[in-house]
Amino acid sequence: MTALMHNRRALIGLGVLAGFALLAMFGPLFAADPSAQLALPLSPPSWQHPFGTTGQGQDVLAQTLAGARTSLVIGFTVGLAQVAIGALVGTTAGYLGGWVDDVGTLVINIFLIMPGLPLMVIIAAYLPTGSITIALVLIVTGWAWSARVIRAQTLSLRDKDFVLAATVSGEHGLRIVACELIPNMASLLASAFIGATIYAIGAEVALEFLGLGDVSHVTWGTNLYWASNDSALLTGAWWTFVPTGACVALVGFALAMLNSAIDELGNPRLRAERGYLAELRRHGVRPGVSTPVLRREVS
Amino acid sequence: MTPPPLLEVEDLRVEYLTATGRVRVVDDVSFTVRRGEIVGLAGESGSGKTTIALAILRLLKAPAAITGGRVLFEGRDLLGLGEAELRRVRGRKISLVTQSAMSALNPVITIGEQLVDAIEEHEGVSRRRGLERARRLLELVGLDGARVASYPHELSGGMRQRVVIAMALALEPPLIVMDEPTTALDVVVQRELLGEIARLRDQRGFSILFITHDLSLMLELCTRIGVLYAGRLAEAAPARQLAAAPRHPYTRGLLGCFPELHGAATRLVGIGGTPPDPRHPPPGCRFHPRCGHSLPACHVSAPPRTVVGPDHEVACHLLP
Amino acid sequence: MRYLIRRLAFYLVAAWASVTLAFVIPRLMPGDPEATMFARFHGKLDPEAMAALRRTFGFSDAPLAQQYVCYLGHVVRGDLGVSVSYFPARVGDVIATGMVWTLFLAGLAVALSYALGTLLGIAAAWRRGGWLDAVGPPLFVLLGAFPFFWLAMLLLFLFGFTLGWSPVRHAYDSGVTPALSAQFLWSVATHAVLPAATIVVATVGGWMLDMRNTMMTVLGEDYVTLAHAKGLSPRRVMFRYAARNALLPSITSFGMALGFVLSGSLLTEIVFSYPGQGYLLIQAVRSLDYPLIQGLFLTITLAVLGANFLVDILYVWLDPRARTRSAS
Repeated sequence: MTALMHNRRALIGLGVLAGFALLAMFGPLFAADPSAQLALPLSPPSWQHPFGTTGQGQDVLAQTLAGARTSLVIGFTVGLAQVAIGALVGTTAGYLGGWVDDVGTLVINIFLIMPGLPLMVIIAAYLPTGSITIALVLIVTGWAWSARVIRAQTLSLRDKDFVLAATVSGEHGLRIVACELIPNMASLLASAFIGATIYAIGAEVALEFLGLGDVSHVTWGTNLYWASNDSALLTGAWWTFVPTGACVALVGFALAMLNSAIDELGNPRLRAERGYLAELRRHGVRPGVSTPVLRREVS
Repeated sequence: MTPPPLLEVEDLRVEYLTATGRVRVVDDVSFTVRRGEIVGLAGESGSGKTTIALAILRLLKAPAAITGGRVLFEGRDLLGLGEAELRRVRGRKISLVTQSAMSALNPVITIGEQLVDAIEEHEGVSRRRGLERARRLLELVGLDGARVASYPHELSGGMRQRVVIAMALALEPPLIVMDEPTTALDVVVQRELLGEIARLRDQRGFSILFITHDLSLMLELCTRIGVLYAGRLAEAAPARQLAAAPRHPYTRGLLGCFPELHGAATRLVGIGGTPPDPRHPPPGCRFHPRCGHSLPACHVSAPPRTVVGPDHEVACHLLP
Repeated sequence: MRYLIRRLAFYLVAAWASVTLAFVIPRLMPGDPEATMFARFHGKLDPEAMAALRRTFGFSDAPLAQQYVCYLGHVVRGDLGVSVSYFPARVGDVIATGMVWTLFLAGLAVALSYALGTLLGIAAAWRRGGWLDAVGPPLFVLLGAFPFFWLAMLLLFLFGFTLGWSPVRHAYDSGVTPALSAQFLWSVATHAVLPAATIVVATVGGWMLDMRNTMMTVLGEDYVTLAHAKGLSPRRVMFRYAARNALLPSITSFGMALGFVLSGSLLTEIVFSYPGQGYLLIQAVRSLDYPLIQGLFLTITLAVLGANFLVDILYVWLDPRARTRSAS
């Protein structure tokens, strides 16, 4: 954790995320009512409405902030749920092995190979619209990614000495999974959680953009749904879709930065390489195929 | 009369450039390989022997950098060459046989193609003529010429190592660097292969820089031997001299590690302790924490190289 | 062959699972799925046709097992029912026309993006610490963070509406008749550029990062060091030794990501009103055309499974080890 604090990427990622969390929590308190018609439809950004208004005359800034609240909550909840299910299935399959693993792997692979969007659509189309439906659909279609990596990690940990020792000393399987395996894949779980959250936010926005969410609810996805329904493109009202898309991308980017920082911490080689390249630059040597020769000291 | 030197390594220094500072893994190592000689470098893992082998060819990967010394080949300093000049040296002047035959061959193209690649690159011959030569090369190392069409995974470990040796011979370079060429193989295959290497060397007259942790193997094969400890050369001597009268306590320890196969004596003297962490080497002589004879000076200053006989050098404070 | 047969068996199981899922999902849902599904048909179909449509989905008074068998029979025969929104066209026919456009657009764009991304990844790994290696990854991570369809909207807004460089909707001008004429082909090409560019921009970074990472691993292998030790030119080592091997894991992950990428390109079609599967999907969702939704789910899934099998064949062709494994 302290190491994360010294990593530039991690700081950028955490900073952006913290900013969004604050905006989502407190922003709506200060902004206008996101659903009320406040001005002429599709008016461009102005002092009163810094991000302009929608086709229904709603304030885009207020909608973006309110959307952040729902979309981030859904995103992180779904991410957490996906990893929880992934951990349950992945560790069970990996730890027990045998036919349990065969079946588990088969189910994981089937869910992995099925294209997400049509599956989401077919489930969402039958359920009553709403955030819970969306969350449920995203969990069902996305858990297999986490399960796959967690299973692989479980397999490699299972034969490690400390797990073998616990097994030999007669500890209960459940206890081994909970006390030996899970704590030893903390960074993997963290990165699976981040990956699942990125996926969840993107897919949530996509589903609601298709009109499969509750379109009267303000989220980032419905914002884009209305933007495209109100012919924002045709009328040149770029401000109705640019802020939301930029927010989705910023959150995704911040999460990806955080993920790559975690990767780097788990992989000392990557870190070593950074120092090496910096040192070569100091000497004015370009890295190439051949081992560099630095015969003079550079202070 | 001693033959002229082919390769002269002078005060070679290799360091890892890490974010937390430099780690010296080869420290001012010097040795010479003359024409027609087999010179051995011995040492435990982590002593820097493989690093030296790859440094000569300038093929060490990040985060390694060569930070001092010279590597003269036929009088030319390889450390001053550009990429294009180095490519003309590699394969044609100095070739390499790496440690693990399992991973030394490209798994997705045939052996023939891998042999032809080098011939084509340096001599510009057609692929068909190249393939004909590849076939003869395989026969030279005792394989069926038809194996050119095989993929590496279709061969046994010993066969693969023969292919790697054939590859090293392809352009008839005057020097072959062999980094633990037989380590991954079982003892019988090891013997066979060493016999093959000795035979080819007698036939073709190239020089070999032979690197292994197995000192007994080296005593049989090499003309001269250097013993490395923690990145420094502890002792260098002609093979017979080294076997008969080792001067450095480390060399003596290593030789004491061998069970006498023919003698009745079963006195087995190991060396206590483990090699130092290269990030935090001990001050003075790097061997002193494990040395049974260390003097106060050993804790403070690195011992200088002392010439104790023809071609025989030792770095130890115990020597007068 | 054994490897491919095993893969084929897996795809068959996966296909069966998705067909079954399409049967189970409506029956698990709250309320009366049958009523929801067919509400839209009231007044359109006569009672006899209605009964036939119900049978297509297995709805009857028979026990569940029998319903399932009935439904399976229809799916295997390719009978996917009648579409509401394109009434009275059959779902199979509606999907067939959309499939052509999706295969053309997504197939082309994905292949292009994979090739480009892989080349960029090779270049970035090769020039470690170079500008491409420094700028590429963060830039593409940022690009990849934008929703696919949002990038589509942005490109459409900039190049279609604001600059007017590109047509803004459909696969070809309504004025041209589909024929093998230069005019028609030109129209198709100009209409495909922007949606294809969207897909390429959104996905190229992923392939690049993937290839770059596997290249890094492969560059550490002994056979690459030995290739250099033979004095081979950098180009030869890079392609014949490093990239040729890095391609194998990269192809595997290509197959795995295909479903994800396809989902993105369906959304892109929607933004561009491109008459492919994605466009049909939104039509189906908007008019609650359940037969069409289900048909699309099945065909798209089967298409992804088929594409994955092609990827497996390619893999076997590229990896001699997989070839001999399958021969034994």
